[in-house]
Amino acid sequence: MAARIGEEVRFGERLTRARELARSAFTSGPGILWVVVFLITPLLAVGVISFLTRGPLAEITGPATLENYKRLLGFGLLGFDPLYPLIILRSLVLAAATTVVCIVAAFPIAFFIAALPDRFKNLALTLVIIPFWTNLLIRTYAWQILFAAESPLARGAAALHLIPNGGALYPGTFAVYVGMLCAFLPFLVLPLYTAVEKLDWSIAEAAADLGADGPRVFRHAVLPQVAPGLAAGIILVFVPATGTFVISDLLGGAKTVLLGNAIQQQFGPSRDWPFGSAGAFVGMAVVLAGLWLYARVAGERGAQELL
Amino acid sequence: MTEPRGAGVRPEASGPPAVEVESVCRRFEGHTALDRVSLTVREGEFFSMLGPSGCGKTTLLRILAGLDLPDEGTVRIGGVDAREIPAHRRPVNTVFQSYALFPHLTVRDNVAFGLRMKKVPPPELAERVARAMDLVQITALGDRKPAQISGGQKQRVALARALINEPQVLLLDEPLGALDLKLRKELQVELAALQKRLGMTFVYVTHDQEEALVMSDRIAVMRAGRIEQLDEARRLYERPRTRFVGQFLGSCNLLDAAVRERRGADLLVETGAGPLRLLTEAGGGEAERRGAFCVAIRPEKIRVRSAAESAGENRVPARVAQLIYIGSETHYVLTAGPLTLTAYALNAGSGAPAFGIGEGVVAELPAASLVVLED
Repeated sequence: MAARIGEEVRFGERLTRARELARSAFTSGPGILWVVVFLITPLLAVGVISFLTRGPLAEITGPATLENYKRLLGFGLLGFDPLYPLIILRSLVLAAATTVVCIVAAFPIAFFIAALPDRFKNLALTLVIIPFWTNLLIRTYAWQILFAAESPLARGAAALHLIPNGGALYPGTFAVYVGMLCAFLPFLVLPLYTAVEKLDWSIAEAAADLGADGPRVFRHAVLPQVAPGLAAGIILVFVPATGTFVISDLLGGAKTVLLGNAIQQQFGPSRDWPFGSAGAFVGMAVVLAGLWLYARVAGERGAQELL
Repeated sequence: MTEPRGAGVRPEASGPPAVEVESVCRRFEGHTALDRVSLTVREGEFFSMLGPSGCGKTTLLRILAGLDLPDEGTVRIGGVDAREIPAHRRPVNTVFQSYALFPHLTVRDNVAFGLRMKKVPPPELAERVARAMDLVQITALGDRKPAQISGGQKQRVALARALINEPQVLLLDEPLGALDLKLRKELQVELAALQKRLGMTFVYVTHDQEEALVMSDRIAVMRAGRIEQLDEARRLYERPRTRFVGQFLGSCNLLDAAVRERRGADLLVETGAGPLRLLTEAGGGEAERRGAFCVAIRPEKIRVRSAAESAGENRVPARVAQLIYIGSETHYVLTAGPLTLTAYALNAGSGAPAFGIGEGVVAELPAASLVVLED
């Protein structure tokens, strides 16, 4: 019973092409259907709407136009206005800064957990995840209380002359970053920990043996090994962080507009779906461009991780 | 690479000390890995630490590399106390058991790593990398990644990566352990030749007794954190001091013996196989005082003769219990009274065994080959 050409034998079973196709359709079909119905179709709809116009009654009508995209890039009715480019830039800077802060905080945590005795590791990981059991809004409101003028934290900061006496830590940039860090840190810690856990320390020893001091051991022997986990974490933090606005609204004092609130504004109060759709698409394009750039910088390996 | 010093000439193992270890102790949770170990490795010597797993040989190597620190005792490298010198500034390099090549770097960049850390200027770096790769014959692999080369090739890369730094001492942690037997034997010879050519001090860790014998000038046999015996390879094999050394290095027949009388330079002892004559110079004097002791003889030293033959000394009548044909040799398992003796005979002639199972023979145990053990 030799397999004929074009056939595959797996676990002693002969698979014809038709049977193989039927099998993959059965197993992957539901997932593909889900993605098509609930992701690709709405995305296409958003894409189409972004090229249409808001009618006088907030309905979506023709004609097809590039006006929405022009407005986003700053070419409005009244000449150049950097309002929206600045909003996009502000969102990107906040997301990038959040990612950097999370990386700096996640490395020691990941190494610390990996160094724990086995029986404490799961406990430590659970502690990292526990904040997620509480809604983001509630956690963020909690920071308002903790950072208020009467709070011990604010008093402590005032005592150290970091803020004026009787001042509050909220609202402000510091509060926003604390909120962002708390919301996104686990997304960096978990993949990074997985990579650190698998770290081959003999390679670090080899680097030290060959004359690398501590920082260079980290750069040449540790970082390349944890790069895949780091890349995954960066993506998991950076991408959602570009669209987040709740934290900056609640802890920053609702004074700054980010891409997220701008889009929400269009779909909500302004009832301008075409413009909101264009905003969503530009945001997506910018994030993809950012990731592409990152892949270029991180090199071949980084690109493989992304794909 | 350094210029070959006195190529072809075996360097004397009596030069100035390259490594001095003095009563080094290292304890881990629950057990003592090293228990007051002292040894001296001479410059240009091929020194091996041999022992079963868990005997402390790798721990000692890591202490020399600076990857681990002793709890007590001192380590001097090139006469300098190494206590305060961290791994990256020690004048030693290591070939790791797992190779520990940088997976993200090409073979060439792996080899260049040490020189890059020392900030060697690019032209010199390129030249030295080319020479080191040529020395271990991996020039053609320069652009490959470690995942794309074989185990034997990885071993060569690891060697080149360490050698290029021209360390005062090269430390090798079972570098051939992961290779198949044939390749291992080839590389043993190659490695020993390379060491002689470079005149570099090698400290080699292995659990393979044959490997240690093939390559080393001197061997320290270790057991449970202590050095059991430290000697030249030949002496270690011919004159083991303890049962452990005798049986760990090759095979050994052990006979319990009791002194009967002293006859001039000889000592007559009684064993389970009958009376035997020993030479007193082989520890016989000390043995006479102890009265009862253990005598060892290597299987290949025992001559199996036909019962009709009358030549030879220390003749023990025996019967062939088992015949094992291994190609180059025939191994005889002999019963002599309550004792079982193993004897190896070279299959020099037709290869057909001279004696059959059940046949009565005489085992000759030459006095010069009988070794009195200390335990």
